[in-house]
Amino acid sequence: MPRAAASRSQGAGLEFSLGNSRTLLDRVLTVLAIGFSLCALLPLFSVLYMLLVRGGELLSPSLFTELTPGAGMEGGGIGNAVLGTLVVVVIASVLSLPLGLLAAIYLAEYASESKLATLVRFAGKVLTGMPSILAGVFAYALVVVTMGSFSALAGGVAMSVLMVPTVMLTAEQALRAVPEKMRMAALGMGATRTETTLRVVLPTALPGILTGVMLALARAAGETAPLLFTALFSDYWFEGKLGSPVASLAVLIYNFSGSPFPHLVKLAWAASLILVFLVLVLNVGAQLIIRRPKEI
Amino acid sequence: MSSAAARPHTQVARPPTGWQTGSNVVFRWLTHAFGGAVVVLLAGIVFEVMRHASGAMSKYGAGFVSGSTWDANRGEFGILPEIAGTLYTSFWALLLAGFLGITLALVLSQGFLHRRYEVVMKNIVELLAAIPSVVYGLWGIFVLVPLLRAPAGWLNDHFPNFPLFSTRLSGPGILPASLVLAIMILPTVTAVSREAMAAVPPRLAAAAYGLGATRWEVIFRVTLPTSAGGIFGALVLGLGRAFGETMALAMLAGNAQNFSWSLFSPGNTLAALLANHFPEAGEFEVGALMYAALVLLIITLAVNVLGSLIMLRATAGLKGLR
Repeated sequence: MPRAAASRSQGAGLEFSLGNSRTLLDRVLTVLAIGFSLCALLPLFSVLYMLLVRGGELLSPSLFTELTPGAGMEGGGIGNAVLGTLVVVVIASVLSLPLGLLAAIYLAEYASESKLATLVRFAGKVLTGMPSILAGVFAYALVVVTMGSFSALAGGVAMSVLMVPTVMLTAEQALRAVPEKMRMAALGMGATRTETTLRVVLPTALPGILTGVMLALARAAGETAPLLFTALFSDYWFEGKLGSPVASLAVLIYNFSGSPFPHLVKLAWAASLILVFLVLVLNVGAQLIIRRPKEI
Repeated sequence: MSSAAARPHTQVARPPTGWQTGSNVVFRWLTHAFGGAVVVLLAGIVFEVMRHASGAMSKYGAGFVSGSTWDANRGEFGILPEIAGTLYTSFWALLLAGFLGITLALVLSQGFLHRRYEVVMKNIVELLAAIPSVVYGLWGIFVLVPLLRAPAGWLNDHFPNFPLFSTRLSGPGILPASLVLAIMILPTVTAVSREAMAAVPPRLAAAAYGLGATRWEVIFRVTLPTSAGGIFGALVLGLGRAFGETMALAMLAGNAQNFSWSLFSPGNTLAALLANHFPEAGEFEVGALMYAALVLLIITLAVNVLGSLIMLRATAGLKGLR
């Protein structure tokens, strides 16, 4: 077959052959691309490995029940930091959830195309991209300077600034995903706009909204920069005073990471393990909620 | 309207009660107010930072941006090394994360892997974004820096005159900071450029395959050129993240008030300056820090708005191809 032989000599045969330079280049690039991709993920596995090995060392019940030790002392735990993180996150949620949710209802139910809505959405996007440390600067200017001291409240304010855009933008999407028919049906039954929103649209969109809230919480729990100079740190238990500094896992990791005492560094690893575990649980929870099959 | 007794169906169809109408109006205004509050929040942040920075702004003026001393005792403040350090670390991080992120996005979007592994790998990349930056900082101090010491020392021994390797790595420095920064912006670059690649109409790739192109010929001649705008947008958004990233840099850059081209010398960035100095700042220093925060705010806002605009134009340009 002279024609087939001729085409094979030009490297354009129809059968697969690595001798063909185009095929070879294709394969080499594929191997390189997958190799680079795996390399890019190496740090993640290294981080997780180190967390389990070095963070797991100190894992015990007393870690959660005892206060952070002073410099050079042994023992102790990170109980005050765990509690403090929860306190700050709760304050931030109380401040940001109503704001984010009602703004989302405004965007999805009342004014989807108005000029103000475009402006609100733009503000949300800008806030999402804003460096988290600037939220801390804002809370410092607004709360710390006004009240004259670092405080749990200031930390909560800083965190809430970070949570609002995530909650708002995800909740808006969840509300928009509710079929228009359901609103029409409710309005046709004689419900007011408010009743439609509160009793029909919100419950239907709840899984999507919860996902956004959990993602926002996960982000907030891991943030350090906005807490450094708002909530500061405290070696004691939170005593219900919003006006005094409070400990947090994130700031503990930062403070102890530079410590010359090996025991404090160990505590920093243990705190990292707990913080990452907390954040991952929130993230996985968010994924599970959204994957639940829709009933409608 | 006649009395209620004359209407037999009052239980089924009745006009809304006063409570219903009232609550309806109140709720409507409440949502409007909270929607507006988000805009007020953003304006408030800009206003508060400007208000506290105004004193330092009138005192130091433009010299603040070009000065290079930071001395709270003498009241001299300048952020040139920080601006240079922010740009320099972000440049290296973007170079690495751009290459790896685009490669990852290709692997995740061009059918290299079975669907199931594609989803697994996508989740792993998202996991990378979920880990708090302070944990990456800790990892950088105790894993990455010790790991880099030997190769950095070798490079410095053999190429002492090459500007990038002209100093020794004594601990924290530009290189570990840039590497961790690259890990942190990798998920952003990957996710956004994957989106841009997925937006390329499948017909275009199918047509190229039909003409006999190999997979990588399709990628280089069809997919990448068509999604170039979106990929560029992804890089700009990644840059915006890199500029604002704080903790990993505060822990790894070295907090040094100087700038050097050497990868192994300590440096500083704007965000790290704020993190390191704010907790113990006196009154005058706070003013200067607020000024620095304002500079950071302006830079990141500009980069983010630019990135969003590029993404918007890139996706709009593809609509005609559908």
